[in-house]
Amino acid sequence: MDDELDAMPDAAVLDGNALAGPLAALFGADVTAVPGRCAHCGHVSMVGALRAYTRAPGAVLRCPHCDGIVMRIVETAEATYLDVRGAAYLRFERR
Amino acid sequence: MVRPIDWQLATITAVRDETPTVRTFALSVPDWAGHRPGQHVDLRLTAEDGYSVERSYSIASAPGDDGAVEITVERIDGGEVSPYLHDVAIPGDRIEIRGPIGGYFVWEPSFDGPLFLVAGGSGVVPLMAMLRHRARLGARSPARLLLSSRHAEEIIYRAELDRLVEAGDGLEVVHTLTRSQPPGWAGYTRRIDERMLAEVAEPIGIAAARTYLCGPTALVEGAANALVRLGAPAERIRTERFGPSGT
Repeated sequence: MDDELDAMPDAAVLDGNALAGPLAALFGADVTAVPGRCAHCGHVSMVGALRAYTRAPGAVLRCPHCDGIVMRIVETAEATYLDVRGAAYLRFERR
Repeated sequence: MVRPIDWQLATITAVRDETPTVRTFALSVPDWAGHRPGQHVDLRLTAEDGYSVERSYSIASAPGDDGAVEITVERIDGGEVSPYLHDVAIPGDRIEIRGPIGGYFVWEPSFDGPLFLVAGGSGVVPLMAMLRHRARLGARSPARLLLSSRHAEEIIYRAELDRLVEAGDGLEVVHTLTRSQPPGWAGYTRRIDERMLAEVAEPIGIAAARTYLCGPTALVEGAANALVRLGAPAERIRTERFGPSGT
């Protein structure tokens, strides 16, 4: 692949898939197929489709539509903090 | 009963080289809940001093073999897990595994529409699980794989892809070789772009297809944007980004 492309800051972005395991450990189940509404722009996308930045301190999941932060995960020695202020809702379908 | 989100110990049962830098590891997992094509596992290595590192690897095998799961891993220079798997791990070794994980990037033959798969390098791994599952179930719906590799020797699963195409069940595979091509190569020689996507998807129809894109982030994002411009509904495109190529 072109080295110039890799040097772009966005070359390191992943998607919600990459955080499926850590998120499943918090929610008790896989949430990559759970739709969520972005609190910034209203766009609905599945958690797996969020753009994930895992190189920042902690991890940040951004809306693929407006790039606003939907979720933030921060790990400390004692606890994991999950900030979902950027999600207006997450929709867990009942079976 | 071990849940997919719990860590458990898997045993490497066999090792198979796919290319000079890519190797498949067959794992026996004692409590395996079965998986869907496209899902992945998390692997964890822990050093004696407690330092641990986790990486996600797509499951390469089709669902069906109880407790037997294959992952295909590209050796990345300077990586924290792949060099260990390639250079140190041997059959009989045990490794911590969690999964299967991921309900977003999955495909099953019951999903409607033709299947359009686009991958760069090791991004083909989860798509191979889909194609192996499709073949195992005898599905005949139209399917296309567009696979970008740097050199012909680096095409992962090349022989098996040829066999799947020869079976004549509606699958076509198109390769693009971006760095070097063998003598007489008549196929694509450039990185995936909008025109290539349009040409490859034309026989199956972009608007009706379910599309799965996997590989380096730049390839996946470029292809996803191009497909939307070509008329693919955004909700019928699923992506799995592997990050910068070579990392």
